[in-house]
Amino acid sequence: MNLYHTDEKKETRAGFGEGLLELGRTNPEVVALCADLTESVRMDAFAVEFPSRFFQVGIAEANMIGIAAGLTIGGKIPFTGTFANFSTGRVYDQIRQSVAYSNKNVKICASHAGLTLGEDGATHQILEDIGLMRMMPKMTVIVPCDFNQTRAATIALGSHTGPAYLRFGRPKVPNFIPASLPFVIGQAQQLTDGDDVSIFATGHLVWHAILAREMLEEKGIQARVINIHTIKPLDTKAVIASLSATGCAVTAEEHLRNGGLGDAIAQEAARHFPVPLEMVAVDNQFGESGKPDELLEKYGLTAPYIAAAASRVYKRKRSTTG
Amino acid sequence: MHDLQAIATQVRRDVIRMVTAAQSGHPGGSLGCADFFTVLYFSVMKHDPEHFSMDGHGQDVFFLSNGHISPAWYSVLARSGYFPLPELGTFRKLNSRLQGHPATLEALPGVRMASGSLGQGLSVGIGAALAKKMNGDPHLVFVLTGDGEIQEGQVWEAAMFAAARKVDNLILTIDYNNKQIDGPVDEVVSLGDLRAKWEAFGWKVLETNGNDISSLLATLAKAKSVCGMNKPIAILMHTEMGYGVDYMMGTHKWHGMAPNPEQADRALVQLPVTLGDY
Repeated sequence: MNLYHTDEKKETRAGFGEGLLELGRTNPEVVALCADLTESVRMDAFAVEFPSRFFQVGIAEANMIGIAAGLTIGGKIPFTGTFANFSTGRVYDQIRQSVAYSNKNVKICASHAGLTLGEDGATHQILEDIGLMRMMPKMTVIVPCDFNQTRAATIALGSHTGPAYLRFGRPKVPNFIPASLPFVIGQAQQLTDGDDVSIFATGHLVWHAILAREMLEEKGIQARVINIHTIKPLDTKAVIASLSATGCAVTAEEHLRNGGLGDAIAQEAARHFPVPLEMVAVDNQFGESGKPDELLEKYGLTAPYIAAAASRVYKRKRSTTG
Repeated sequence: MHDLQAIATQVRRDVIRMVTAAQSGHPGGSLGCADFFTVLYFSVMKHDPEHFSMDGHGQDVFFLSNGHISPAWYSVLARSGYFPLPELGTFRKLNSRLQGHPATLEALPGVRMASGSLGQGLSVGIGAALAKKMNGDPHLVFVLTGDGEIQEGQVWEAAMFAAARKVDNLILTIDYNNKQIDGPVDEVVSLGDLRAKWEAFGWKVLETNGNDISSLLATLAKAKSVCGMNKPIAILMHTEMGYGVDYMMGTHKWHGMAPNPEQADRALVQLPVTLGDY
């Protein structure tokens, strides 16, 4: 039984837009900056309601990051908005020096992350951003899984202090996390019970992990689905507790295997509780044009692939322990 | 003015002694900008060294974008009271607050932003200037960049934005010594008609002799007087790299190289003690 059944589909980027608007209304220090993608990243409502606190910087992402860092010096809480590719790879050094190393309270909000950006293709589909931001000292990395959670994560960032990266996406996806579920930065969410295998998922693939759990249940395998919405700092305690309960795990993310959630979990597993591990992720390649669902399918990121990986890792566990 | 000259001479001594003690650092640009830092901190800026705050509310704030000339800045910060003078002796050494390039994690009073990777300081200054406007704080934001530094594209993103948004509580100074690591700026990648470029971007442009204290005082006073007139302000500050030490002038050789002790002695005899060494 899927406890999280929903027929509602909404964009995670729209959750960001709503969260930002809410923050604008409740915290006068919150300001927003955008590099010519205001409607695309759903900052338009904030821009209309708070024109004096919204900065259109044009197609100049490096300048945007620097201005955001400077605004913190006057006590502002800047949220920058553009696509994930231009939020990270294009401005890595600006983030590194002016935000992270300078420890400034800038919230880097990145839309259209991953393959599900779709038809624009690989120039825009960054699959390395989690890795880039995870590596950076001082940086908090948050990847919410649906509309409600992106809204909640955005609001939570308003009262968080320090550099942060918030990753979300373009397409409409199932909105299944109850709006009432509290969002605590750094706290993993166990979404289902199950003692046979852990599935650690993040972002859009959390929903696919839930679907995979149903498929596994039909085969008599009980999967424990854990939503890792905060990739850094990782909820190591929850990860190890789940690994000890299930003895094997699958990770699932719309990102390269190198540097992503799988890497983060594998590090903790190897150091503290080594168990068989499988990773559902993109393998060392760029994306391409296509519809979001077609791309997830082609690159092996949908529920059946997660279920197959879970079956494999469950078998590995039984062959080593049995 | 006499006092400012004395301070600037002492700052130059500090620079030589700091980079010599560390056997690394960037004396050339530091010497060239010693007069500017001195005039800025001891005459122009409204600031309270005893009450440094990161947000800088109610004070003028300064950002050093070309972070490699940190020795001169650190010297002026210490001598204007931001931190104890003896700390200058820790420059570039392990466990120091005086990092090779300015940083904030060690919480050195006076420093609000890390710099060293070039081209970022003007953007930061614009952000701080916008925040001052939003906060109703009438104080000013000062930024210093190198001349080679403005080969970085981000500088021109920032230049375009500041004029478009009328960021007129900001005074940018460009250390125009026409030297960078690989040689004369004109030969590496010429800046062309720099005055025309900034004017075309919509800035009010002033020029000054950065190694003449009275010229600096007059130009910075003029710059302050034209703030609030819908244009950001750029000062082309003509300096001589290595100014004050004969063998460091007229060459880019001393951009990023420390003198050995014997060379340092030859420099220090040209820079008499005025305020007392750290």
